[in-house]
Amino acid sequence: MKLNQKLKEYWHKLGSPRWFYQITTNWVTFFGASALLLLVTGLVWALAFAPADYQQGNSFRIMYVHVPAAMVAQSLYIGMGVAGFIGLVWRMKLTDVAIGACLPLGMVLTALALFTGGVWGKPTWGSWWEWDGRTVSTLVLLFLYIGIYALREAIPDQNLRARASALVSLVGTVNIPIIKYSVEWWNTLHQSASFSLTEKPAMPMEMWLPLLIMVLGFYCFAGHQVLSRMRLEVLTRESSSRWVAELMQGRGMLVNPVKASSIDHGKG
Amino acid sequence: MYFDSFAEFLRMGNHGLYVWVAYGSTLLVLLSAFFITRSMSRSVEANIRWDILSRQAEQASGAQTKQEAGSES
Repeated sequence: MKLNQKLKEYWHKLGSPRWFYQITTNWVTFFGASALLLLVTGLVWALAFAPADYQQGNSFRIMYVHVPAAMVAQSLYIGMGVAGFIGLVWRMKLTDVAIGACLPLGMVLTALALFTGGVWGKPTWGSWWEWDGRTVSTLVLLFLYIGIYALREAIPDQNLRARASALVSLVGTVNIPIIKYSVEWWNTLHQSASFSLTEKPAMPMEMWLPLLIMVLGFYCFAGHQVLSRMRLEVLTRESSSRWVAELMQGRGMLVNPVKASSIDHGKG
Repeated sequence: MYFDSFAEFLRMGNHGLYVWVAYGSTLLVLLSAFFITRSMSRSVEANIRWDILSRQAEQASGAQTKQEAGSES
């Protein structure tokens, strides 16, 4: 019972922009620092220390940026779908902030996954682009991102925009399992998953470990970006509220302290 | 180190162009995302500070004119 109550309390707090802003202050720093550490380590390892593939040679090193970009791009979309669902059911305002924050990074990472895939495909498959199950479903993901972005730009009313993008985000998640299983459902050039949580990796450890580090680094980077963007959107939406004013003063704003405090009392 | 020399590292066994283009584009995306978000955060905070300051200035001048009006009567 107590746990249930705690969870309920947590759930309600989660909808509060102020509470969100306060608890994520340290998270942003944590994710940022971890991302930097992991990505620098991962990049050096992937480029200079991992052994070359016996078939693909050194072009296989592209995997270390291609796979994490594609994974995080899909995860961000799943995040948008989940946020869309919660937003439609419980009408939380913060979920729309989350959708808006996942969107730009998800979009560029999908484009990056397609681009690095093409650059990898040229020396490996012999062409920049193949009409292959996975590349096409990833292209659909890019169009979904662009579509939701355009939708959000086109609707000025905040509530309508939130509901429309929540709905499209939610519906679009059907594409995610299609991307995932495309390499199994269709005869395909695209190699199967190089990264799985449940199975033992097919590649040797000294190739797989740098991939793990890169994937974690990309996730931390995404965490840092999404939280930062959510925080700045929360500040924008709440800019006239009292807690934002207090927060800004706490950060050493150059104001006359006497005047500032007298105004605060007047407002309270 | 997997490579014997720096030149070989750059050449990536004839795949140098592909590898470096892929890594370069990735770095470009990550770094620009980071700096764009950072500058957005900073400008949002600066705007809010500016709004608060101008509101305070407005209230201060409003109070002053009230005081002046009071002393006149």
